[in-house]
Amino acid sequence: MSSLPTKAKVVVIGAGIVGNSVAYHLARLGWRDLVQIDKGPLPNPGGSTGHASNFIYPTDHSKEMTQITLESMRQYKEMGVFTECGGIEVARTPERMQELARRMSSAKSWGIEDVEIISPERCKELVPFLDETVILGGFYTPSVGVVDSVRGGTIMRERAIELGALQSFANTEVLGIDVEEGRVKRVRTDRGDIEAEYVVIACGCWSPRIASMAGASIPLTPAVHQMKDLGPVPHFANSKGDIEFPIIRDMDTNMYERQHGSGIEVGSYAHRPILYSPDDIPSNAAATLSPTEFPFTQEDFDLQDEHALELMPEIIGDEKIGQKYAINGILSLTPDGMPIVGETPEVKGLWSCAAVWIKEGPGTGKSLAEMMIHGESEIDMNTSDIARFHEHQKATYHIKARTAEGFNKTYGIVHPNEQYESNRQVRLSPYYEQEKALGAVFYETAGWERPFWYESNAALLAKYGDAVMPRTSEWESRWWSPIINAEHLEMRETAGLVDLTAFVIFDVKGPSALNVVQQVAVRQMDVAVGKVVYTPVLSHNGGFKSDLTIMRLAHDCFRVVTGGAHGMADKKWFSDHLPADGTAQIEDLTSNFTTLGIWGPKAREILQSVTDNDLSNEAFPFGNCRIIEIGPLRVLASRISYVGELGWELYVPMEQGAKLWEQIWNAGQPHGLIPVGIGVYGTTGRLEKSYRAFGAELETEYNVIETGMQTPKVKAQDFVGKASHLAQRETTPVAVLCSLTVDDHTSSTGEKRYMLGREPIMTLEGAPIVDAKGRRSYVTSAGSAPSLGKHILMSYLTPEHAVIGNKLIVEYLGDHYPVTVAGVGSAPLFDPKNERILS
Amino acid sequence: MDVLVCIKRVPLVGGEILLTEDKMEIDDRRLGFGLSPHEECAVEAGVRLIEEFGGTVTVMTLGKAEAEEQLRDQLAIGPDRAILVETTSEFDPQGTASALVEAIRSDGTNFDLIILGAESADTAGYQTGIRIAHALGRPVITNVKGLKVENGVIRCERQVGSIREVYEVPLPAVITVKDGVNIPRYPSVPGRIKARKKPVDKVIPTTRMTKLEKTGLSVPPTKSSGAKVLGHGPEAAVALVALLREIGIAK
Repeated sequence: MSSLPTKAKVVVIGAGIVGNSVAYHLARLGWRDLVQIDKGPLPNPGGSTGHASNFIYPTDHSKEMTQITLESMRQYKEMGVFTECGGIEVARTPERMQELARRMSSAKSWGIEDVEIISPERCKELVPFLDETVILGGFYTPSVGVVDSVRGGTIMRERAIELGALQSFANTEVLGIDVEEGRVKRVRTDRGDIEAEYVVIACGCWSPRIASMAGASIPLTPAVHQMKDLGPVPHFANSKGDIEFPIIRDMDTNMYERQHGSGIEVGSYAHRPILYSPDDIPSNAAATLSPTEFPFTQEDFDLQDEHALELMPEIIGDEKIGQKYAINGILSLTPDGMPIVGETPEVKGLWSCAAVWIKEGPGTGKSLAEMMIHGESEIDMNTSDIARFHEHQKATYHIKARTAEGFNKTYGIVHPNEQYESNRQVRLSPYYEQEKALGAVFYETAGWERPFWYESNAALLAKYGDAVMPRTSEWESRWWSPIINAEHLEMRETAGLVDLTAFVIFDVKGPSALNVVQQVAVRQMDVAVGKVVYTPVLSHNGGFKSDLTIMRLAHDCFRVVTGGAHGMADKKWFSDHLPADGTAQIEDLTSNFTTLGIWGPKAREILQSVTDNDLSNEAFPFGNCRIIEIGPLRVLASRISYVGELGWELYVPMEQGAKLWEQIWNAGQPHGLIPVGIGVYGTTGRLEKSYRAFGAELETEYNVIETGMQTPKVKAQDFVGKASHLAQRETTPVAVLCSLTVDDHTSSTGEKRYMLGREPIMTLEGAPIVDAKGRRSYVTSAGSAPSLGKHILMSYLTPEHAVIGNKLIVEYLGDHYPVTVAGVGSAPLFDPKNERILS
Repeated sequence: MDVLVCIKRVPLVGGEILLTEDKMEIDDRRLGFGLSPHEECAVEAGVRLIEEFGGTVTVMTLGKAEAEEQLRDQLAIGPDRAILVETTSEFDPQGTASALVEAIRSDGTNFDLIILGAESADTAGYQTGIRIAHALGRPVITNVKGLKVENGVIRCERQVGSIREVYEVPLPAVITVKDGVNIPRYPSVPGRIKARKKPVDKVIPTTRMTKLEKTGLSVPPTKSSGAKVLGHGPEAAVALVALLREIGIAK
């Protein structure tokens, strides 16, 4: 065996499906001088790839996950290691049948056509050994298949070697990773040290241990997934291949059954969460099987045995069919269920490609290679971004609590607004107790408890009656209250007080601060001190990296305010653009400042009653910020709005928040001020104003022109994505973001139903709408517009459909509903001239 | 006929055996547990006899409470009930045999045949079967590789070097079997489900007749695999032919 090189451009740690994929795609895209190491032997080094069940269902409610899965399937097929067998997700309950209809919608939204809801009898035809009397139906995907992931990984590794790009070393253990001046420097192994410009951690469930050697964090946990192999099955005696029958996912029992040659494999996500730490995993030598095949614990599978028996009595009930092999297989789980991909925020040049399953491996490896080489990936990976984690989310307690909670939802019916129950109340705003006293119903964002609505506003329901658009169906009433809509209507009459403490806030400071914000922001940042600028932030291809507001507080100080959920990734993006000479710095002030918003026709009157500063429109126009004095407090007031009303965001140091609340609250009572939750701020208020949200409408797949957010002129200064942006301005967009209203909510059973988002938009003939770039029209955001008496859907539409008054269809839970295009581009449906905001 | 099979829970170790810090035990925190292959064959032999003649099979073990896992695993392939002779400390072969005999006597069943593995997978004392037979005053045949029961007589075969020995003894008797006496079946799911409802009686030995004192464990140096690279490409052919001649495969 040749000796380990002492230098390399990239060291890829890990030779499972992910490490091999990363190495191959880096090589394919032209990088050379790559070294791959793994502490285990090849081709199966002993990680999760070696014992994976290897089947792939394409549809997920997450668009990102579906796209990555489809790309991975494409690669597996190209390598000749994919066997199509079909798959049926079966339902035992009516709730599951509704969920399967929802999966149908997601499939259509993401472009998976060959799917259908089938009857129990049809399930039986396809899988003759199941008992169709225990199920109500199934969601059939003929394109489901199984892959040989070890072979696929080997092919990718060998291709990279053949390209002359890669040297691969098995049985080589990483002992340390050296970091110098914040940048990765070398990997130390038991066979020598390798200096490297880039290091990729593709170590599956060992990744946290490897990352910690460099002082970085990859917040995943090894967790058990149980499976057993039974056989020989007489039914499969004449099978020619590994699999000839569709794979069954028994969704309601969190289990699957698949043919495996002459046997059947039964797997489960139903058992208690069994979580480990990377240090619990034995070495290759000490492991009885492989390091990630832990001893099977039958008592955790007892109930699953019975469930499998119910569904497949002919096979599972056969006393001659024995259990040949059973393991507690280790896989990687994360606190929010998404992979961990990208450059670590802690160490430059250190990249993570972890918590990636077989179905995502080749696609994610490709995306990571694109990010390393081009700075961005073709598929928007923002929900997998390693930079998303807030500090508390890296704590073992958080990782284990959330993973444990999420585990049994692997096949679960998860509502789009579903909240975690574990590890709550980690971050509390200064108004938490006041809010609780007002009956706040708290949702969580980035650890913060945020009121979504207030039960104390329930009295408003009588005042507004049917204008609150009450819902009767359980699904849409879940995680929702008509009080949200009542708060909305009342805010538009008087004023609402909104807790915005979950904002991520950071200052960009120093002599080069202007250069940094100019570089990141699309809009002109060389503005007068005291100006507030709302700006898109673009990736190199001109797609959306973020949108946020920046206040110029001084000639050399800019305060960036962005959403809690995406804020840490924004902070990394700004950090990536700091000059090397240290003439600009970032200071995270998230925990220093709390924010209260006050909006509504009476906002000025209320605020003016507690300050001597002139708040008139002339003295304090929209888009400005300044210090005002409210009682004993000096408050940074910023006149902007995300709800379409006159008002201000008020910033004070965290410890003064309670005093600020008291001042505003008391002043507001004679004017009818009410507390208003995030249900209004995040959905109803913004939808009426057609305000776009990052992660819903805004993503790297869509550009500024398509969102209708372009300004008449482009600033002279350079910024990230400018060249693409200029080119995009010169071409007619192939899709335009529109607002649609639902014309009739009546379902096939006569109940009023309300879409929640991500549903396919179709022509009146029921055909999908696909733009010239192959992107489908689907609902990016949905919600009530109480002031319009309508339910609003946002969707990108092709130009021929993006015409006001155009009639289309939305599919929701299996039914079709008529919709009308009500707004094209960013024109708001409510108060289109923005008279309220500018009053 | 009524058959008793005695088994022992042992850690299923990998290639490298890790010891606890005090070097008194195998570090089994990351290991699963099972039986020696001989004992799996012993249970299979018992089940086959009952399938042939009718009657009952009982599995018995001496060990900690956790050993119930192995009893349930074995109940899944056919035995009717199990007895756990529960201990909190390690017993030597003499202590084990004496406690098992006490449990057999107090159970009251007059077992026609008691089957054990020839030796346990961990301590490999080769003694427990013989000591039980001696205490019960029964004949014993060890290292059995084939067996047949006819007219109250058990006929057993064993292999000693190249010689096949055949013994016949009248029942009741004790035998210890070797891996290969049969191919044990895998448990089925219905077997597993039934096993959960089968009785596992627990008894506690009144005395601990253990005289051996463990002073510590050490892991013997691992032998290298002995793999030898004869050469690469066509040049390896000469060495390969020479080797094949040497071991008598080629002439």
